[in-house]
Amino acid sequence: MNKTMSLEISLEALIAGDRAEFARLVDTYSSPIYRLGLRMLGTPQDAEDVLQNTFLNVFTHLSTFEGRSSLSTWLYRIAANEALMLIRKKKPEVNVDDVQAGENDEDLLPTQFVDWSALPEDELLSGEGKKFLDSAIQTLPESMRIVFLLRDVEGLSIKETADALNLTETNVKTRLLRARMFLRERLSAYYGERMIEE
Amino acid sequence: MNEHTHKDCEELLGSLSSYIDGDLNPELCQELEKHLAGCDNCRVVLNTTKRTIDLVHTPIEKPDLPEDVRERLFKRLSLDDYLNLKPN
Repeated sequence: MNKTMSLEISLEALIAGDRAEFARLVDTYSSPIYRLGLRMLGTPQDAEDVLQNTFLNVFTHLSTFEGRSSLSTWLYRIAANEALMLIRKKKPEVNVDDVQAGENDEDLLPTQFVDWSALPEDELLSGEGKKFLDSAIQTLPESMRIVFLLRDVEGLSIKETADALNLTETNVKTRLLRARMFLRERLSAYYGERMIEE
Repeated sequence: MNEHTHKDCEELLGSLSSYIDGDLNPELCQELEKHLAGCDNCRVVLNTTKRTIDLVHTPIEKPDLPEDVRERLFKRLSLDDYLNLKPN
């Protein structure tokens, strides 16, 4: 039986140890956190580890939550930390703390100028197109990918993304610009080729 | 022939992302729009960057949590009693 639940989560009830409210919190945020883990780590098993560790941490530290950021930003902060910690452990060669990530101006310069933006959505998101978009997101350097996922996929504001990742807003904007340019370049090469074929 | 140089494109490109987010100050906004009016390549970069962001926002790009993953999560958190209470 499914019961309708309001999206509004009561922080007071959570802090007071209300289990039903905690279950509602888990149901509200588990999908986006799982997605974040999946796209940061690349495997369902690792995504599940990120998800479980995030909520175990949330449960442990709820009583110390001071409300300086919103509850959702705090959750994303814990989830992002879990994902980055797992990457550090599993892929020590990756520098997820690289504050200079994407600072090289040459990375920014576009080389593809085919305007594929008017192609119909069913063509852009055909099975193959969707797979290409997913794989292109996976090729973003980790320190840019986490910013892109929080801002453009999950829809956090620049400030919320900065708070969740403990970065300055300027740094978030810089990484976001690089990530968007990086993806645009790859999608342009992909769709540009298809436009020529037609 | 366009009066602007390749240097203009490079400089204004740095503002493109903030422009798309509606987060650019009015002066820079005006400067960028003036540049875009005369630069085909930058207009293509703007259109395709916007479209790239739109595609990522498309709902099919957001799969839900698999049911078995939800079940294991609830059990790990000792929330078994609440497994049948699902949000809409």
